Formats: sequence, C-alpha cells, structure tokens
Amino acid sequence: MTEDDLAEAIATAHDTRTAILIEGGGTRSHGTATLSTRAHSGIVTYEPGALTLIARAGTPVEEIEAALASEGQMLAFEPMDHRRVLGTNGTPTIGGVVAANVSGPRRVLAGACRDHLLGLRFIDGQGRILKNGGRVMKNVTGLDLGKLLCGSHGTLGVITEVALKTLPRPETVTTLAFQTTAAQAVDLFCTALGTPFEVSGAAWLDGAAYLRIEGLEAQVAYRAKRLSALLPGAEPAAPDWAAIRDAASFTGPLWRILCKPTDAPAICARLGGRVALDWAGGLIWYQGDADVRAIAPNSMQIGGPLPTAPGTETLVRNLRRQFDPAGILNPGLMGA
Amino acid sequence: MSTILMPEPDEGILARRGEIVAALTAALPEGAVIHDPAETRAYECDALTAYRCPPLAVVLPRTTEEVAAAMRVCHGFGVPVVPRGAGTSLAGGALPTADSVIIATLRLREVLQIDTRNRFIRVQTGVTNLSVSAELEPLGFFYAPDPSSQLACTIAGNIAMNSGGAHCLKYGVTTNNLLGARMVLTDGSIVDLGGPEPGPMGLDLMGLICGSEGQLGIVTEATLRILPRPEGALPMLIGFDSAEVAGECVASIIRAGVIPVAIEYMDDVCLREVERFAKAGYPDCQAVLIVEVEGSPAEIEDQTARIRAIAEKLNPVEFRVSRNADESLAIWKGRKSAFGAMGQIGDYLCLDGTVPVSKLPFTLRRIGELSVQHGLKVANVFHAGDGNMHPLILFNANKPGDLEKAEAFGAEVLRLCVEVGGCLTGEHGVGIEKRDLMGAQYSPDDLTIQMQVKDAFDPGWLLNPAKVFPLEASRAHRGLG
Repeated sequence: MTEDDLAEAIATAHDTRTAILIEGGGTRSHGTATLSTRAHSGIVTYEPGALTLIARAGTPVEEIEAALASEGQMLAFEPMDHRRVLGTNGTPTIGGVVAANVSGPRRVLAGACRDHLLGLRFIDGQGRILKNGGRVMKNVTGLDLGKLLCGSHGTLGVITEVALKTLPRPETVTTLAFQTTAAQAVDLFCTALGTPFEVSGAAWLDGAAYLRIEGLEAQVAYRAKRLSALLPGAEPAAPDWAAIRDAASFTGPLWRILCKPTDAPAICARLGGRVALDWAGGLIWYQGDADVRAIAPNSMQIGGPLPTAPGTETLVRNLRRQFDPAGILNPGLMGA
Repeated sequence: MSTILMPEPDEGILARRGEIVAALTAALPEGAVIHDPAETRAYECDALTAYRCPPLAVVLPRTTEEVAAAMRVCHGFGVPVVPRGAGTSLAGGALPTADSVIIATLRLREVLQIDTRNRFIRVQTGVTNLSVSAELEPLGFFYAPDPSSQLACTIAGNIAMNSGGAHCLKYGVTTNNLLGARMVLTDGSIVDLGGPEPGPMGLDLMGLICGSEGQLGIVTEATLRILPRPEGALPMLIGFDSAEVAGECVASIIRAGVIPVAIEYMDDVCLREVERFAKAGYPDCQAVLIVEVEGSPAEIEDQTARIRAIAEKLNPVEFRVSRNADESLAIWKGRKSAFGAMGQIGDYLCLDGTVPVSKLPFTLRRIGELSVQHGLKVANVFHAGDGNMHPLILFNANKPGDLEKAEAFGAEVLRLCVEVGGCLTGEHGVGIEKRDLMGAQYSPDDLTIQMQVKDAFDPGWLLNPAKVFPLEASRAHRGLG
C-alpha cells in the first residue's frame, strides 16, 4: 500500500465523516482497525556514518534492528515490545513505535523515542500528505511537529515515514544487582544517576534493583568498579533487559505510571498490588485494583485511553481540530 | 537597502499608542513599562543588526503573572507582541515592528528549585544559560546546551530557538534537555506543560513549543534536565591539508562507534584570524578539527587512542592532544571566540544550515565555488559532528549593495544545504532571516499545517507575527485575506 493509497483512504473517510481506527502492526490494538500502515513497509535509507535511518511506517522493528545490528548500531531508545504483556500477535512496526513514543530502559541515559526522531512524513485528517523536520541531527527550521506527532497515537495524523537517529551498539554491557525494597531502590537509583558513570538502565522488580552500564570495554569495567564501591551490596548479574523492557513478568491488565522518581515509593505504597520500577523510578508498572488515576494522574492502562494534562484541554481540542477537522482519527483515544 | 521586508505598521494601533501605554502602565508595577523613544531604541534590534525598528513599548515583567497581565492588555488592544530574551538572536527573532510591544524576560531571574536527586533545576526563564551551569557547579552538575552566546543568552531565548551548542553531539539540544515549561498564552492564560516526570501527560505540547520562536506563547518558567559533571574532559586538535579529508575524518570517527562530546571544524580563513586574535596555538593548515572526549583519565586515554588510529590513516598534518588545563582552555577559547575574531576583519553574515555528515566535503567544496562566483570571501567554523555548518560570509556594510550580495550568496548556500538533504537552520532559528526561504524546504501544505498550529494557539496572530513564515503565505492567517 503506497502513501497515496493511504491518503486517498483518509480523504474519503474525511468526506464521509467516517471514523478510522489506525494500527501499525496490531500489537496494541484499540479495537477493530479500519486502516493499517503495515503494508507501507521498507527501509528507505540507512547511512551508518551519518547515524541516520529512514523507514516507512509499516517496517517491522525487527527488520530495522537487524539492519542496524549488521552495522554495529542500534535504536538507542530501546522500544518495548507490547506483545508479551497484551498477549497479542502482530508485528511491532516502527510507525507504531513513533506514534506511541515507545521507549525502553535506556531512556534514563539516551532519551525517549521522541529524542531520536529527526523528521517524518504523515497524512492529516483531510488526507494531505505532509512532512516535517528532516534527516539531520540539528534542525530548528519551523515548528517541530515531529515531537507533537510522536506519542499522539494517531490522533493528529497517520505517520507514513520516519527518520531516526541511530547510535553505535555498546561494546560491552554489565549489570549490577542489589537486594532491595522499592523505596531503597529509588534511593540507590538517585545516587547512581547522580554520578558521571552513565547508568543506562535502572530498574527494580521482584526485590532486586538493577543498574546497567554500557560502553567501551575499559569504560564499563572502570564504572562498574566505582559504582560497586559507592553502593554497598552490589552483585554482578545478567538479567534479561529485554524482559525488563517489556514488563514481561506481568500478564493481563497493566498500568503504566509516570512520576518524579522520588515520589515513586509513596505512590507504590498507596497503590498496593504488584509493582515494578523502570527509568530509575520514573516509571511504575502496576497491576492491581487501586484507583490509579486518583493516586497518580499521569497514568494509563496499557491498551487503554490516554490522559490529557489538566489545563491543556482547550489547546489539545483546538490542535486536533486543525489536524483532523472531521474528528475521524482514532476518536476518543486521547481525551477528545 | 536590505532585502527582508517587514509589514507596514498598523496605523490604528499607532494612533492608540498613548492609550496602550497607559493600560500597560496601569496593569504593571512601576518601572516595568518603557515607552520613551530614547529608551525603546535600545530594543530596536537583536544580533541581526542590519535590521532595526524601535517598538511601541517595552515591558519588563518580574513574574509570570506580570507577563500574563501585559499579554492581556496587548490582546485587548490587538497589539502584536514580540517576545525577547537577551536579544542575541542571529536570525532577527526578536526584531520588533513599530506597532509592537516587546515583552522581555530579562528580569525573570530567579532560580526556583534545584533537585539533584531527581536531576532537574527549575528557573525563571530570564536567567542566562551560563548562570544555570554556574548555579549547579558546586553541586557537581551542569546544564548541557551551551550556545556560543551562553554568557548573555537567556533560557527563554534558548527554548524559543531550541538552541544547541558545541557539546550537543553527545548531550542533545535544548528540546532534549527541557522537562517542563510554564507558558503564558496570547490571551494571558497560563498553562503548565511537562515537569520532572519522564514524559508528557497526553500530547507532547512542550516538544512543540520548544523551538517555536515565540509564535505560540511566552515561557516564563522552565524545568531543565541536569547532568552530573564528567570526571574530566580533554580536547585534541587534528590538522589536515584538505577540507575534504577533514570531513572524511568526522564521518570515520562517528562510524567507529566512538561518539565524542564535540567535533568542531575551522577552515584556514578562520584559523588565521582566530590565531591572530586568541593566540590559541592552532596549526596553519587547510582545516582543523577540535575533538573532545570525556571520562576518567584511563577512559580518555582509551578514546584518544581510538581517535588517533582513525585520524592517522588519513595523514593529518598534526595530531595534538592537550597536555594540561591551560592548553585545553586555549583550544576552546579559540573556537568560542571565532565569531568575535572574524568580526575584527569586517562585517559578516553567519549562516546556520545543517547537512548530513556524509555531505560535508561536497558542501564545503560547493561553498568555495560559490564564494568565487559571488566575489565574497567565506570562512567556515562549525559543529562538524552533527553537520551543523556556520559559513561566515564576509562583506562590507558601508559598501552599497554588499549586504544584498552577501544575502544572495547566503540564500544560495542554504538552498544547497536543503538540496543535499539538510535544512535551513540547525540552531539559530528562522526569524526574519530565513523566513522567505522556507519554501525551499517545505511545500505550501507543509507550511500551512505549521501555521494552523499557530492558529490553534494564537488565533489573532499577535505573537511575533511577521517571523518564520513567508509573509505572502501567512497573509490569510494574519487576517489580511
């Protein structure tokens, strides 16, 4: 399916005021999709020396990661795979990753998906094919609509192509583990991330806190030694970071809560139920029956609707009207 | 005559000047409103000094609420508002029109909160970039974006222009280091975006406003990501007798998996001037790269060896690692004073296009050819690691027609940047300077959707209305049918 075909389908939906449910690879289905970007697939350009990859939205993440691995590179934001948690099949696509700003444990060091998005092409709610940004690292030409579209879950437009920054894969990886409570873990994370030792993962689950250190061989050995000296009780470990990334120890309904790391222990205490931490405490995974939104407003159930920041409702409504005047793109998904 | 036009001032607004000043004065504390023409003249331009025009009045608020009060008055009268930080914009981002009120963030100078556990600082946005890092230094932290104007430029301006600097190859630009913002909208309402938690609640409006050049609102408070200071840093100089080989060296370093904190480039024209001015001890050759790496002494040694191995395959005329703190300072002093040093020999236009790193050698060669064609000299000094070029086009402002010649040359260079896959501006912003070139990078529809975003925030187009978008394209949005 070409970009033009997608644009035509959206233009028709606009003219007939028909709501469209958009999906990429179908791993986070919000209902029965009426438009999929899966068939608009393929890597357009990959230039390792410029740390740049451009791919069509439907390109499987696996295909991109394989191409990068063959050049010793990676997507540093480490997008999670939702299939395990949601019990879905499908194939994660790069368009879906960008549309949901999906980022993994390395966010604490390297930033989120939105920080690696250099530019994109998308189709708005009238079927116009648009582009924004470009393929270079530094670009302040005009408004940064990439940031707005990244994480907009298809409510502002259907992303058809993305340009991403790539980074070298680390030469070496090591993990330090600590037996702690959640509260102790957050304290430990605050200390570790306050050092210049570039911790690239800080997660806690099932009574163990993990610190990941990555980089050049000499660097990793030195940093692990310094961190072990600073933080008592460190043991070398080799947890499955992909499983941590995917919150794979949970099955069934799962909440994703964002907070200031030092607020995490109090929030966890109020929630009860089962929790795990990532992003040094800034991300809480939660399973249980608490009224999550009342305890931590910046939260969403995986696969459910997304909250809108208080005070921004009018701006968000006005923006959506500009991008999607007929209100056909994933209606109801992000507060409007 | 310069070539960039600004819209004619609105006679209706000029006629109500007295009323507007009175309303602003009534709404704000004593001393916060400047309207004496002798004083407003100080705000007639920013660092793009070829364009000047005193505003109707200048407001210098101390709080978010005062900014909101000023905005409400301007909104009520339908007066355009030009937001201004320290006025260091090289793109004319803070250039007023005669019918506009400048709202400057200069007096919003408070540091509100430092939290090293959660790694953020919250400031009023009139604080200067350098003073943020100065606040953090005793705590062992720093704020990463470091534009060359960091001594003077404010966080408000950094957010408006999404400023970069020499070290963003590793640490990213402002948008990657901004966590939260309090913003005053055109009608005077106040909205909070983002915060210390990782990630927005709903749409990433903060990502949108960063780099929006004062088109969407005025940011009065910012929450910034802070980083622990590295254990050490070490710059090295690599000299080449060919610009192209220097460009190749940049791509090879990046490709090899070592990402230095900075890779800066200076050409022979620039090197000679800087050497005379700053006595940094730069070698006399076609091109010099300054590469900086960070870490413990052993880590630095390891990275330096890797970079040396890459560079030596390309036969550099010199590979010199700084031996002590004084040498490091001198190396950076030369680079940071490059723009000032070039100013010693005459006037220049500083361009800011970005190209893919792989296209650096070709672009440098083309700029050289264009320099001959246009009969104007050009010096190149820029952030090579991310392809962000700063060709300085030298001209004589006192020679009639020279500025126009330089602008025509500059426009051609920027179109070249777009043609090879890059963009018009990497960190300075569009302002008025690149406004009329936007069509080179974006289609009419691409520009329309951006202007529609402005419609959503500022339906009356009162905020910085004659910037960023070509005037003809924005006519209807500005209510001029």
